[in-house]
Amino acid sequence: MIEQHAIILVVVIPLLAAPLCVLLGRGALAWGAATAAVWSSFGLALYLLDRTLDEGVQRYMLGGWQAPVGIEYRLDVPGAFVMTLVTAIGAVVLPYSWTSVRKEIDDHRHHWFYACLLLCFAGLLGITVTGDAFNLFVFLEISSLSTYVLVSMGRDRRALTASFRYLLLGTLGATFYLIGIGFMYLMTGTLNMEDLAVRLAGPGPDGVTPVVDTTTIRAALAFLSVGVSIKMALFPLHVWLPNVYAYAPSVVSAFLSATATKVAILVLLRVFYTVDGKAIAFESLPLADTLVPLAIGGAVVASFVAIYQRDVKRLLAYSSIAQVGYMVVGIGLATQLGLAAGLLHLFNHALMKGALFLAIGCIVYRVGQTRFELLRGVGRQMPLTSAAIVIGGLSLVGVPLTAGFVSKWALLDAVLEDGRWVTASFILLSSLLSVVYVGQLVHVLLIRRRPKDAEPVREAPLWLVVPTLVLAAANLWFGVVDSTPSEISRTAAEALLQEMQQ
Amino acid sequence: MTAAVALLVALLAPLACAAGVVLIGRRSPNLREALSLLTGGVVFASVLRIARAVEAGESVALDLGEMAPGLRFAFDVEPLGLIFALVASLLWPVTTLYSVGYMRGHHERNQTRFFCFFAVSISAVLALAFSANLVTLFVCYEAITLATFPLVTHANDRAAWQGGRMYLGVLMGTSIGLLLFGVIGVYALAGTTEFTPGGVLAGPLAEGKVSVAGLGVLLALFVFGTGKAAVMPVHRWLPSAMVAPTPVSALLHAVAVVKAGVFTIVKVVVYVFGIELLQEIELRDVLAHVAGFTVVAASVIALRKDNLKERLAYSTIGQLSYIVLGGLVATQRSVEGAVLHIATHATGKITLFFGAGAILVASHKKNVSQLDGIGRRMPITMGCFLVGALSIVGLPPTGGTWSKLLLVEGAAGAGDRLLVAALLVSSLLNIAYLLSIPIRAFLRHETVPGAPAEHGEAPLACRIAMVITATLTIALFFSPHVVFDLVALMVPNLS
Repeated sequence: MIEQHAIILVVVIPLLAAPLCVLLGRGALAWGAATAAVWSSFGLALYLLDRTLDEGVQRYMLGGWQAPVGIEYRLDVPGAFVMTLVTAIGAVVLPYSWTSVRKEIDDHRHHWFYACLLLCFAGLLGITVTGDAFNLFVFLEISSLSTYVLVSMGRDRRALTASFRYLLLGTLGATFYLIGIGFMYLMTGTLNMEDLAVRLAGPGPDGVTPVVDTTTIRAALAFLSVGVSIKMALFPLHVWLPNVYAYAPSVVSAFLSATATKVAILVLLRVFYTVDGKAIAFESLPLADTLVPLAIGGAVVASFVAIYQRDVKRLLAYSSIAQVGYMVVGIGLATQLGLAAGLLHLFNHALMKGALFLAIGCIVYRVGQTRFELLRGVGRQMPLTSAAIVIGGLSLVGVPLTAGFVSKWALLDAVLEDGRWVTASFILLSSLLSVVYVGQLVHVLLIRRRPKDAEPVREAPLWLVVPTLVLAAANLWFGVVDSTPSEISRTAAEALLQEMQQ
Repeated sequence: MTAAVALLVALLAPLACAAGVVLIGRRSPNLREALSLLTGGVVFASVLRIARAVEAGESVALDLGEMAPGLRFAFDVEPLGLIFALVASLLWPVTTLYSVGYMRGHHERNQTRFFCFFAVSISAVLALAFSANLVTLFVCYEAITLATFPLVTHANDRAAWQGGRMYLGVLMGTSIGLLLFGVIGVYALAGTTEFTPGGVLAGPLAEGKVSVAGLGVLLALFVFGTGKAAVMPVHRWLPSAMVAPTPVSALLHAVAVVKAGVFTIVKVVVYVFGIELLQEIELRDVLAHVAGFTVVAASVIALRKDNLKERLAYSTIGQLSYIVLGGLVATQRSVEGAVLHIATHATGKITLFFGAGAILVASHKKNVSQLDGIGRRMPITMGCFLVGALSIVGLPPTGGTWSKLLLVEGAAGAGDRLLVAALLVSSLLNIAYLLSIPIRAFLRHETVPGAPAEHGEAPLACRIAMVITATLTIALFFSPHVVFDLVALMVPNLS
């Protein structure tokens, strides 16, 4: 039974657990329910990833209605890869939230917090499995709406404006997506992604030009790409992100930075590869030539801006924007190596940014602040947290023996294979800038001395430190020992390109 | 012990030693240092065992698998790396002995941390020497930077952190910005980064994947990306690193780290480009002249430095560029000279640094101008210093004679008079800034500003270490064939 319904269970379990959290009321019980739900999703995701790698695409017809009439859930390798990532990050973040949330959020809101976290989680997972373009929109909205609430729970009052701004832009993005899908529906009469791909290639209203060459579909594509770009904070549509990451509760910053933008990138892949089957996006539209320069420009500009930040979380947020740029470069290349590199960096970046944001959460737990001048020398008194920051930072820079190096290598390899030497040098320029801002972070935390009059701090509690170290260790593990993500990303890239050629 | 096992031992024993050092810690400093010395002996014995196997024509290799396409971690011993490994592993226990005297005599704090990271650095250096491809080499290169950083900032004061920042900034910046680019460039062009006799880039050039000018740019990426080779203008980290305790400056910043830099360049010249291909690259001439400029300019700056360690640092910068120049001139003679210079400069310069440290421990003097007449108080130290200085200048009876001779011959053979002139001028400058020190120490009278502190010789451990390295320097004059035999093994790889 479970085997058969695993795909839907991954999404349904957290979705049902969310109202349960509210009903349970008390913080501890809600936390228990949330953790159980997330961990079972994680287990199912691992099982599904294994099965997808073995057997290929997994399909599930919702309510037994056959596609394209009914809603089809369709899990391919890229989807399973991102799903595993999201659930894994969730599984690490929830134990962490036990202590962190009690410190940062008022007691009477705990069950609401867990309910929203689960909704967001379910929404993100839904995006990874669905094979229906409109259903994807629904999940996108579920995750976005709950994210707005989660962000607004930050202790800083600026969290409210950050959340509101995100709401405005996020809604704009989602609406654009919806308009794009609407246009496509108008022209093809279907919402199933595979069916869309087939019909888009078919003859249009005049019976000669394919549907895909009509202005309507081009407009649809424009709406879709801009809408999704807002969600994944692609430069220059990134303005909402720094404040959201900076003022959201620590747990939320860590969870979002490691999952939300990643899932948005998966949506981008769905739009360009699954829906627009025959590579139209890359052949007839100048997408590769607009996406890659924008992405690489974003990587350099955001890294540069990160250097001037005086708040740790904002610094990491700008670094995230830069890193999204790397991933989009890989995807924009539209080669197998490029796609694989983009997906691999997506995975590795979740590990490093997750570790960094969790570590910053540990500091927030003790110090309560994220501004540089208040953090001087804190790292010396929190050795384990500092270790995680140093490892995460090195991985972010792409120092050998960390996961970041493996994906940066893959990305540069892909870029040079395509003969783009200028792009490669910009990637390296951005890495150099990241040396500077990671250096500043380490300098403030470890090298500066703690002011004499500052209160002494201790290492954060184990509930916080252990999950942080787990993610930090994963950076080393996947940088030195285990090459599974690299292999899966290659399989995923192959699968996406096959979809394009069908 | 088979050669493959010896390879594992050479790579892992220093790491085990580092762990042991941490475990023993401050409880028993004698046991801790004994462990370091013992490991040093074991590692050197292992490298000797590997050397025997390589001389017998065996291949000694170790493959750790592939992380992503092209990211293969593997080790494969060849003569050039072997020479470097022999030098580093021989001088490690000697330096450990010296450190015992220095660190205790100087009452340094955190000695456990010091010996721990020292061992880790050596492990990374040996791994770099034995790397089978550019990727492994790059990984080890970065590992060396990170492992030596705590040693540079050992004093933990403002000056140390400033020096450390420069150190990390320049070495990381150049390696990530330029060297990594070069490594990936080679992979993108040739589809492999394995070190192959004769190079891997001739094929892509013939297929038209890259122009000769493109290869020149690639070469420049390697020359300037290898910040550890300290070719101007990426040399500033080396004087900054002199804030480290003297044993670190001696072994790491005169031998292991900087030699890792020039070793990388020579290795790239011989096994990635191949010296025949290199002859065709026009930009090579420009780069060789940059190295020639560094040779002369560093000597001129050294002349003006009063701080003894800084003077030695600039001297090192100049001598490193001799090796880079030898590699870039790319005749068989010059490459042989470059390889030999790796060994002879190592013994000579480490002796000089040992001398500087000994003076610091015994008399707390840091500047050349304070050293008048010190030779009478510290005859052994200054005697060894004289031997080291002679070797750097390139005078008999020291090993430096042969390597400098070969380098000049190589440059002359390539018909480049400007480079020959640079090498000769620099040798004259070497005499001026190095030999003047023992001359002051022995011939001048002690000037007495205020009451002179009474002091004698440096601690016994320091003196023993200095005499060993000075003896090695002289031994290299009388039997350079120890190194030459290995160089001869490399010759078939050159063409």
